Amino acid sequence: MLDSKIPKGALADKWTDYKSSVPLVSPANKRAIEIIVIGTGLAGSSAAASLAELGYKVKAFCFQDSPRRAHSIAAQGGINAAKNYQNDGDSVHRLFYDTIKGGDYRSREANVHRLAECSTDIIDQCVAQGVPFAREYGGLLDNRSFGGVQVSRTFYAKGQTGQQLLLGAYSALSRQVAKGNVTMHTRHEMVELVKVDGKARGIIARDLVSGELERHSGHAVLLCTGGYSNVFFLSTNAMMSNVTAAWKAHRKGAYMANPCFTQIHPTCIPVSGESQSKLTLMSESLRNDGRIWVPKHKKDAEAIRSGKLKATDLKEADRDYYLERRYPAFGNLVPRDVASRAAKERCDEGYGVNATGQAVYLDFAAAFMRYGQEEANVKGINNPSQDELRSMGEKVIENKYGNLFQMYEKITADNPYQTPMMIFPAVHYTMGGMWVDYDLMTTVPGLFALGEANFSDHGANRLGASALMQGLADGYFVIPYTIGNFLSQDIRTGAIATDSPEFVEAEQVARDRMEAFLNNKGTQSVDSFHKALGKIMWAKCGMARNAEDLKSAAAEIRELRDSFYKNVRVTGTMNSMNPELDKAGRVADFMELGELMCMDALAREESCGGHFRTEYQSEDGEALRQDDSMTFVSAWEFKGNDPGKATLHKEDLAFESVELKTRSYK
Amino acid sequence: MNFTINVWRQSGPEAKGRIETYPVSGISDHMSFLEMIDVLNEQLINQDIEPVVFDHDCREGICGSCSMFINGEAHGPGRSITTCQLHMREFKDGETITIEPFRAKAFPIIKDLMVDRSSLDRIIQSGGFVSVNTAGKQPDANAIPIEKADADAAFDAATCIGCGACVATCKNASAMLFVGAKVSQFALLPQGKIEAEDRVLNMVNQMDLEGFGNCTNTGACEVECPKGISLETIARMNREFLSASLSSK
Repeated sequence: MLDSKIPKGALADKWTDYKSSVPLVSPANKRAIEIIVIGTGLAGSSAAASLAELGYKVKAFCFQDSPRRAHSIAAQGGINAAKNYQNDGDSVHRLFYDTIKGGDYRSREANVHRLAECSTDIIDQCVAQGVPFAREYGGLLDNRSFGGVQVSRTFYAKGQTGQQLLLGAYSALSRQVAKGNVTMHTRHEMVELVKVDGKARGIIARDLVSGELERHSGHAVLLCTGGYSNVFFLSTNAMMSNVTAAWKAHRKGAYMANPCFTQIHPTCIPVSGESQSKLTLMSESLRNDGRIWVPKHKKDAEAIRSGKLKATDLKEADRDYYLERRYPAFGNLVPRDVASRAAKERCDEGYGVNATGQAVYLDFAAAFMRYGQEEANVKGINNPSQDELRSMGEKVIENKYGNLFQMYEKITADNPYQTPMMIFPAVHYTMGGMWVDYDLMTTVPGLFALGEANFSDHGANRLGASALMQGLADGYFVIPYTIGNFLSQDIRTGAIATDSPEFVEAEQVARDRMEAFLNNKGTQSVDSFHKALGKIMWAKCGMARNAEDLKSAAAEIRELRDSFYKNVRVTGTMNSMNPELDKAGRVADFMELGELMCMDALAREESCGGHFRTEYQSEDGEALRQDDSMTFVSAWEFKGNDPGKATLHKEDLAFESVELKTRSYK
Repeated sequence: MNFTINVWRQSGPEAKGRIETYPVSGISDHMSFLEMIDVLNEQLINQDIEPVVFDHDCREGICGSCSMFINGEAHGPGRSITTCQLHMREFKDGETITIEPFRAKAFPIIKDLMVDRSSLDRIIQSGGFVSVNTAGKQPDANAIPIEKADADAAFDAATCIGCGACVATCKNASAMLFVGAKVSQFALLPQGKIEAEDRVLNMVNQMDLEGFGNCTNTGACEVECPKGISLETIARMNREFLSASLSSK
């Protein structure tokens, strides 16, 4: 049933062979083919631009006021590529291997290898576009390290790499908009997928300004809609990031794969209060230079929590650098899932800092001194004082991470140059997503999913600086080829009419749903339900999960969903701008997704990557995979108008080039 | 903390707007300014009043969505921040806070505090790019070394988030800082030099067509820019424009 359509041949040859044999669409025929692209982040912008350059007619949609504002813009640390510019032993195979291992052996070999192959082209492409990556004094590109690897392969632009890459893709998109090859629909949200003869042939979109429902047709639909971390309400995602487009597709036959695989990022600014609307990430790149610690003694932790002691008062011997202690080989640069669980473990044991006890320190003092000494050597300063060293070192750190330090200070009113940062894990990324085959096509013919919206490359845990790589690989270098496999059969189809019964019905379904919200005589705001959902998800389907909690969480979510439909109050009208109505639709879909995530987490009877089932752990608290019974992708099919009735399909994962090992960073 | 909020309410582009006054209470000094508005909106919903519409998304100062004029300043008091990075600890308990949309001819109001900034997109479409197609065989990224100082300056110009604070602040509603930033990014890089002349002429022309005003060197834009884009970018754009205009082509 689930055919991943992986090409035959040796792993390293598959993509090359595929590209030279995939059916093509002639330039004349491309002009008659329309492609709908939903979302304009890295995946969507790069896909829309590249497909338009090839000659297809593209219609792109985003709910923001400009494609440049998609949440890829907020990615901080960098983008990986197997360039081996540092001559430190990197290669396509090593990037492939690191990604498979980092994903805890739950991703598809062929897709990951293709990703590693495309990685080098991405850097060349972006530099050609004028993306201002960081450079060394010699004028060549600079690199840094990220978690879970032992080479420096991350390209960056201070702490704003996502912004610079997205602006690059946005400029390419803008060029095609100017040429008329892309029609850009901003402030539009996809609210239904339209299928004709079993194929994805269009969407219903709401014009968020006028409130009108519009029908748009195309020969294929690309979902580049990002992840669904906001099911937790509090996450590092942007406020409007949502699952609605993907969920509407799921309801129309697209399988959701591994929905429970959520990335909890170890270095975020801790929660401060009940009215908090979102969490802010502090880039993983900070772990290159920052050391993570908590007090070694509980009494010190208690004194810090009650404000009687400061971090800087504690002597070196009274600090526990627990990542360096537990994982000497990788130290502070263990993968995200490992670092997050280790922080939770220390805080659960009572060593946490901050008034809440839910925080650990990220300390740059050692780096200030180390870089200061380096500068002193370069400048030929003999016998510098400690203060001089520190101040020179602070300058170096400011050059590398200035905007992050500033961002931290703005939010917390603490100066991280003087006192260590306080950080705690937060929901950040979803490895799960739409099931796709090698062509990036979902189980609905003609419907594709790119970037974070699909499940394919990161397994159970994504390595840092790999999301930007995947979004751009899918958009610039994969879909321009693989979409030909589907569209080459469509050259005689002609324009898709929007007055067919399928379009009429889909529009009516969307209209009925919205009117029901507006006519509901409830009393509670949409946000109040979203927060309640988030609390259930974080408590029971968050960093640690167990069978009992997951069962009760699913039941609680069903109750909450019933209450939502009875008691929600949505102000405003249908035919005008109405952000509350838009939010209600998104939260309704999160309510269904949340239940599916709990079911998926329950069905996955093992600990792997970001999915930690407390029943499956070693004596020292490390995750225990169950390779004999669990080496598969869970792909869920929506059934019977009820997320609780979803049925599970399995795609067995075959590892031919990599030996399955227990992941060790010790 | 408690505040009195004066906020611009306007039901649509053609409607007449007015300032409405709402009290808001139970605000902690840790809250961001937008979280304070969330609390206000929750109050309004409970009273069955339509909440205040405003643009926002990332809430970490990078997407450029939020666009409020707070107590007479774009993005409110404080330097180098967007509205979403402004925190209530910057205000005094009991204060009256006045919130208006970004106002400019080229930024028509959509609803309440939300404005239409698509004019900025059209300026980029007129030339804010390097004309390269996606290809797996671009020159190797290290084939063109770029002096670090130039690369850093190009990066600084490229950090513009397109929020429009410069326009809202300028007494002439000029978009020179926005255009100058993009022109400078590419003018500083070898990749951008090839199309430099057409780029600056087309972007400046589009800026004029959109109804943005002219620059009279007041410098308010630089002060209010959340990303610290420098006035030097405008000077560089003017040089580029002059030399492109005089070029024999």
